[in-house]
Amino acid sequence: MTVIGTPLKRKEDPKLLTGEGKYVDDIHAVGELWMGMVRSTMAHATIDGVDTSAAAGMPGVHAVYTGAQLMDMGLWAAPLPCAWPVTPDMVNPPHYPVATGEVHHVGEIIAVVLADTRARAADAAEQVEVSYGPLPAVASIAEARTDGAKAHSELASNKSYTWALVPDPAALDAAFAAATHHVTAEFTQQRLIPVPMEPRGVLAVPGVAGGDVTIYSSSQVPHFLKILLAATTGISESKIRAVAPAVGGGFGAKLNINPDESLALVLANKLGRPVRWTETRSEAAFSTHQGRGQLQRIELAADADGKLLGVRVHLDADMGAYMMLVTPGVPLLGSFLYTGVYDVPAFGFTCDGWFTNMTPTDAYRGAGRPEASYAIERAMDILAGKVGVGPDEIRRRNYLAGGEKFENLAVPSTLVFDSGHYGPSLDLALDKAGYGDLRAEQARRRAAGDSKQLGIGLCTYVEICGLAPSRALGGLGFGSGGWEHAVVRLLPTGKAEVVSGSTPHGQGHETSWSMIVADKLGIDPADVTVLHSDTAISPLGLDTYGSRSLAVGGVAISMACDKVIDKARLIAAHQMEANPEDLEFAEGAFTVKGSPDKTMPIQAIAFGAFLAHNLPDGMEPNLQEQMTFDPSNFAFPFGTHVAVVEVDETTGQVDLLRYVAVDDCGNQINPLIVEGQIHGGIVQGVAQALWEDAAWDADGNLRNPSLLDYLVPSAAEMPSFETAFTVTPSPANPLGVKGVGEAGTIGSAAAVINAVCDALSPHGITDIEMPATPRRVWKAIQEAKQ
Amino acid sequence: MQVDMTVNGQDRSADVEARTLLVYYLRDAVGLTGTNVGCDTSSCGACTVLLNGESVKSCTILAAQVRGADVTTIEGLADGTALHPMQQAFMECHGLQCGYCTPGMVLAATSLLADNPRPTEAEVREGLEGNLCRCTGYHNIVKAVLHTAEHDAAFWQARASKSGVTA
Repeated sequence: MTVIGTPLKRKEDPKLLTGEGKYVDDIHAVGELWMGMVRSTMAHATIDGVDTSAAAGMPGVHAVYTGAQLMDMGLWAAPLPCAWPVTPDMVNPPHYPVATGEVHHVGEIIAVVLADTRARAADAAEQVEVSYGPLPAVASIAEARTDGAKAHSELASNKSYTWALVPDPAALDAAFAAATHHVTAEFTQQRLIPVPMEPRGVLAVPGVAGGDVTIYSSSQVPHFLKILLAATTGISESKIRAVAPAVGGGFGAKLNINPDESLALVLANKLGRPVRWTETRSEAAFSTHQGRGQLQRIELAADADGKLLGVRVHLDADMGAYMMLVTPGVPLLGSFLYTGVYDVPAFGFTCDGWFTNMTPTDAYRGAGRPEASYAIERAMDILAGKVGVGPDEIRRRNYLAGGEKFENLAVPSTLVFDSGHYGPSLDLALDKAGYGDLRAEQARRRAAGDSKQLGIGLCTYVEICGLAPSRALGGLGFGSGGWEHAVVRLLPTGKAEVVSGSTPHGQGHETSWSMIVADKLGIDPADVTVLHSDTAISPLGLDTYGSRSLAVGGVAISMACDKVIDKARLIAAHQMEANPEDLEFAEGAFTVKGSPDKTMPIQAIAFGAFLAHNLPDGMEPNLQEQMTFDPSNFAFPFGTHVAVVEVDETTGQVDLLRYVAVDDCGNQINPLIVEGQIHGGIVQGVAQALWEDAAWDADGNLRNPSLLDYLVPSAAEMPSFETAFTVTPSPANPLGVKGVGEAGTIGSAAAVINAVCDALSPHGITDIEMPATPRRVWKAIQEAKQ
Repeated sequence: MQVDMTVNGQDRSADVEARTLLVYYLRDAVGLTGTNVGCDTSSCGACTVLLNGESVKSCTILAAQVRGADVTTIEGLADGTALHPMQQAFMECHGLQCGYCTPGMVLAATSLLADNPRPTEAEVREGLEGNLCRCTGYHNIVKAVLHTAEHDAAFWQARASKSGVTA
């Protein structure tokens, strides 16, 4: 039986399709109190007074606490955690769940109301009067860099850190000195609001008589949540149970330890009553971190043929008001990818992290890698223009290993790419797109002076995922390992149960893990149950982010299955009176070599292991094994995307006509799920390219916090996608798998903007800032005409 | 105030504040949590239900405005343990990932086909414009709707003729 590689329908679906999926907001506890947050209306100000008297007297209100009162109650042992101090001298102002003294961004919590209903908590929060002493706000990276106003009054500079990766400065300088062609380009990675469809929420339920407190949270990282809430509240880790029930999407937005989670926990523990909160969508623009927020400068040095000699990159990255869980590390995750899929002899990367008075930034789908891919892929198109060759040709001339297949290839950014085969990826994408016909149609429209011009954009990306070898993370200063844990057990009746430390929020782990176990043990995937996302059930785990679940957690399950089979072999040999090495395991049964009638199914062995009546001497009863897998390398998926856009030159409107995606994530467990991940990823990158932009004004107010103004695309804006795959297995794990959760986003923004610029190239336009709104495109055309 | 209505074929009655939105009546008073809330501006469509057979965003309407109405939520769509054709199509075509937009998306799609049993792809995309999904990129949702329109044509034609629409 081979299940792996087949498009098995998802196990998760029946519950989610019938309303039986229970998200945090669907779970209730008797006597629960709702938190209503009093949030700052100022980006930067002193808190001169907080009057809670009117709110405290309102119906249903149990209590109102200001930040100062909460601090006096001694509820926290430490500020909210930042787990990625990227340099020893990184500046990191303390960030407590509630502000005292000074607020540093609009939406920062100043006081908390506790009331008996959601509506009453919101009503009362509105009646809390805050007096502010306005301070100058830092509302852009450019402003932060001037170090005029300071984002925090006590800071000497808005700069938090400078991080550098310049392996050979002399070689880099020499490369630029020797180059025939130079490209210098600056790109803005605008801030994005992640918008998982389920807003974040939390419910903390205290145990009776000082017992364990359970925190239900819409979180990607319940294991991190448990450890870090224990460390920052002083509540014993052994008394906290963290549960991520059904989670409605994450995209990095739920990869954090948030003020609301900490508040719910400490208040529930203090008051002995359940405490809950669910963000409203408009509140989420302030209560949940945002993504991107970088100014990029990339320089290419190339010889006369356009062969790259060196790449130099500098980033200015917007941290926002505080360092959240991995805020400072996000830009650096991309640092290794600014040379893309290309053979670049010399490389240098520096990044300055800046504080501003805006919502903190942190991981958003791709986290550092879409930015890197965007910069190098945009710059390659500009280089192609200088060299006078097409975007396909400039890429072919520069592919690592000449576009041929490779394994374990060292690149100048100090990494070893696990495997790649870039040439066929481009060939397939161009073929699928009908590249020649598209260029002919483009030429026809140009010759005809058509008001709607065609643009064709390529992106050949590589990404780094499957986070990660623990030692490598340690080398980057990341405050966690990168292993994953799994338990595989066979129950007395022969059904399998898997306990995984990976924590899904839409990815279909239950289905994929069942498929791995089914293939390994020769049983039906329907006979596999997957347990996860509850620290009482899966105490060991490092959660789901960075496209790591399959390449680390899935591999751990596969390896635990190997251990189960090893033990089962000993039991089977004992009971069949054969040598273990004389047994073959296939189709879920052990057979004595040469005696096909002597066979024992694994279900019978499981029951025998449970009975323990007849096991080898000294063997532990039961058939259960665990595995903690720490990968030896990251995984490096890659692919080629082709975007075809139509630009209406009279209005500046850009329409995405077609999107061709050829991706390679190594071996696939479930192609249905793989394709779904690619589809969703593409749209998030296209959305950054064309529509989404968290627009902050000069005073640090967000102009578009709601879905009325923040343009998440609907079905009407998107075409259907044309997808295909190449398969280049990873040598870094026994399944040969890579990750796929972020690939679509990493390839798509560059492909779309390359297409827009391609359409506009007859005007001499080489860049359009994201998002390429009709206004921006129209303006660029008008300016070019003058 | 007392608000009565029929939800998934059952008579329901609850004493709620006058300002209670239909979605919170369903979630908090009736206890049917399949109807999700994804925004606060009637933009996302996660809360879509069928009101007297037509899809509406249940966050745009007060419970008190629809006294006596017949409401179908996602919990009322399947026939016992047999999934509705639209639910089945979403499963077949992998039209859902995290599942949060799914109840609203399924009900909106059901309403769409009841009005237009054989839509084009463009009509499906336009018809679902009011329902946002962040996971699927819409590709497989659109596929699911077209799939059931084709494979369960008789079912949708019957629905359409019942609602007085002819294809």
